[in-house]
Amino acid sequence: MSALRPPSLLDRSPVLKATVGSRGNLALSTVVLILAALAFPPMVRWLLTDATFFGNAESCKAASGACWAFIGEKLKFIVLGFYPQDEAPRAYAAIALLIGLVGLSATPRLWGRKLAAAWIASLLAAIWLLGGGGPLSPVPTEKWGGLPVTLLLSFGSFILAFPLAILLALARRSKLGGVRLYAVVLIETVRGVPFIAILYAATLLFPLMLPAGAAIDKFARAAAALSIFVAAYLAEIVRAGLQAVPRGQSEAAASLGLTSWQTLRLVVLPQALRGVIAPIVNLAVGIFQDTTLVAIIGMFDLLNAARAAATDPNWIGFYAEAYVFAAAVYFVFCFTAARYSLWLEGYLKTP
Amino acid sequence: MNASAETEEPGRTRPGILTFVRLWLGGWPLAQIALYLGTLLAVFWLGRNLVANMARLGLTPGFAFLEHAANYEIGEGFIAYAAGDSYARAALVGLLNTIAVSALGCLLATVLGVTLGIARLSANPLVSRLVQAYVELLRNTPLLLQLFAWNTVIHLLPGPRQALSPLPGVLLSSRGLFLPAIDTGGHGATLAVAIVGAVLAMRLILKLRRHLAGPSPRRAVVLAYLAAVLLPVAIASGFGVAFTFDVPSLKGFNIRGGISMTPEFAALMLGLAVNASASIAETVRGGILAIPGGQWEAARSLGLRPFSVMRLVVLPQALRIILPVMTSSYLSLTKNSSLAVAIGFPDLVSILNTTANVTGQALEVIVLMLGAYLTLSLATSMVMNAYNRRHVLRGDRR
Repeated sequence: MSALRPPSLLDRSPVLKATVGSRGNLALSTVVLILAALAFPPMVRWLLTDATFFGNAESCKAASGACWAFIGEKLKFIVLGFYPQDEAPRAYAAIALLIGLVGLSATPRLWGRKLAAAWIASLLAAIWLLGGGGPLSPVPTEKWGGLPVTLLLSFGSFILAFPLAILLALARRSKLGGVRLYAVVLIETVRGVPFIAILYAATLLFPLMLPAGAAIDKFARAAAALSIFVAAYLAEIVRAGLQAVPRGQSEAAASLGLTSWQTLRLVVLPQALRGVIAPIVNLAVGIFQDTTLVAIIGMFDLLNAARAAATDPNWIGFYAEAYVFAAAVYFVFCFTAARYSLWLEGYLKTP
Repeated sequence: MNASAETEEPGRTRPGILTFVRLWLGGWPLAQIALYLGTLLAVFWLGRNLVANMARLGLTPGFAFLEHAANYEIGEGFIAYAAGDSYARAALVGLLNTIAVSALGCLLATVLGVTLGIARLSANPLVSRLVQAYVELLRNTPLLLQLFAWNTVIHLLPGPRQALSPLPGVLLSSRGLFLPAIDTGGHGATLAVAIVGAVLAMRLILKLRRHLAGPSPRRAVVLAYLAAVLLPVAIASGFGVAFTFDVPSLKGFNIRGGISMTPEFAALMLGLAVNASASIAETVRGGILAIPGGQWEAARSLGLRPFSVMRLVVLPQALRIILPVMTSSYLSLTKNSSLAVAIGFPDLVSILNTTANVTGQALEVIVLMLGAYLTLSLATSMVMNAYNRRHVLRGDRR
């Protein structure tokens, strides 16, 4: 019967059919629209129409919306933390260097030994730019803060963790029982406890374990803790990649006369790593977010700097604005990386 | 155990202990011995420094300090604690707080996550897009930031006098979240024991019945459990124990009655649950998508309604894919509950950290911390694996 009827508007538009086509969907759509109608106007009012974009704390307090003037005023502090004002260009240069390198790394054509070398060189350069030395006046790591700390910690720990992770993954697949046990215990212990516990071990316990008088910088300790943490998770990803390389590959390489080291370096590892690039990018996003935990041991990364900005006596209490701004920065970084990971997965599948 | 003996290849015997050791040691026993020796030396060196440093600070290594009196207060807990109780008791308060917030968080995250995961697959683009936005927002911002935001929001809520009441009996205010409770008049523990006992007895009866006369009908099972819960309550009321609903209400300057959650507990629990619900929703969505379309079609052609198709055919199969991933979501939620220290909720890490700062016994405290979380992780995995074997993979058992 219905087949004889001319196609209605609903039959021609799949979107309309899915939203209002049946009683259930009509009800769902209504609920969603009512929720949107309730949530959106106050949100827009707070974010934009009632917000204060220019002015001071008094004009902000008078208005009912967000105080974006606060972000404008404290932007430098949120991005750089307690880094000395006069040396700010150095920190900006470090940020530009690291972000630029991420951009370069996103191009699969450039992957190779040179890029790896560029990474190590840039990290060292960023540390030099921030910390000083030579012609640059020294800035102690306690003064480092904001975005450079977030970037340096997450990228640096990843680079440091990489060789360790490959070693752990290989050890976990070793024929030698003792080596295998060693890797399993190390990986599972680190994965079984919260990052904060490792961070505390590095900040509270490790200094006690050094000979009297010796000391290691807090920043370095946090970076080391983060590297160990990343290495355990990365090792499991690399292990999955190693498992996916067919046995025939290493047998073929051996029959060509390659040594086991050459087989590993030239045949097995490249294929194993290529297979798990997307999970590695996802892990990197997670680690980028986890660097915020250094706030708990009193370091001023981007999030903690944003929080500290809201404790400025002149601009006290604008926590919501600080959090929304920090969330936006993290979202831009992480969302871009997640989308890139999706694209990359497709790109790597096509031969 | 019998099954493995049967499936073993014929003509192959298990290697003897010596062969096993030889295989385990592999080709380079010396290299392995060197590895362990090196580690041992490093541990010894670090340990010697530690003991020397502790002696310099006037500390003795060991867990004896746990018996000493702690001089700090703890904001909240499930067992009585006051400054002057031992450090061990303080740690126990923290452990219970961690377990409570994690367990409640997992429960809420599962309910939210499964609902959202199914909603994400809705043909209705308004619904699926809304869920997608929710998932993207939560996945691409740091958890710590989310917890800060929840904490701020809860403290921005109106005071007790103007408390919000989203549902009757539920009050939300800057003093925390208040839920109605059943007042058992001090007989809660006895009643709980009675109910558990009755449920176990009913299970036994049902099991015996099944042995005699095939599977019991669903209605009998439901009735039996209902009776098991209601009978002890009825008998207790018969003996004069009065049960009343304890609905939270404003008394004086604060809200009293019912079950209360402090703002910190509520912020942590909600933050963890909402954050985990995003990844659970993605897991559920992936698991459902992995079920071949033929299953849907076959179930529908049998005349099942969409809800029943989901409940009886698709979800049980999807659960096999979902459950292992869900387990790791629970594990990470439990570990993430340690972020409590950032918003001032006294969880295990927060209390142990205070203990370490007060006593200086960093090594012991870190060992306790690692031990507690490894045990919790192991326990969660074991429970989830047992559930997986018993309920999810039951079709595979022969």
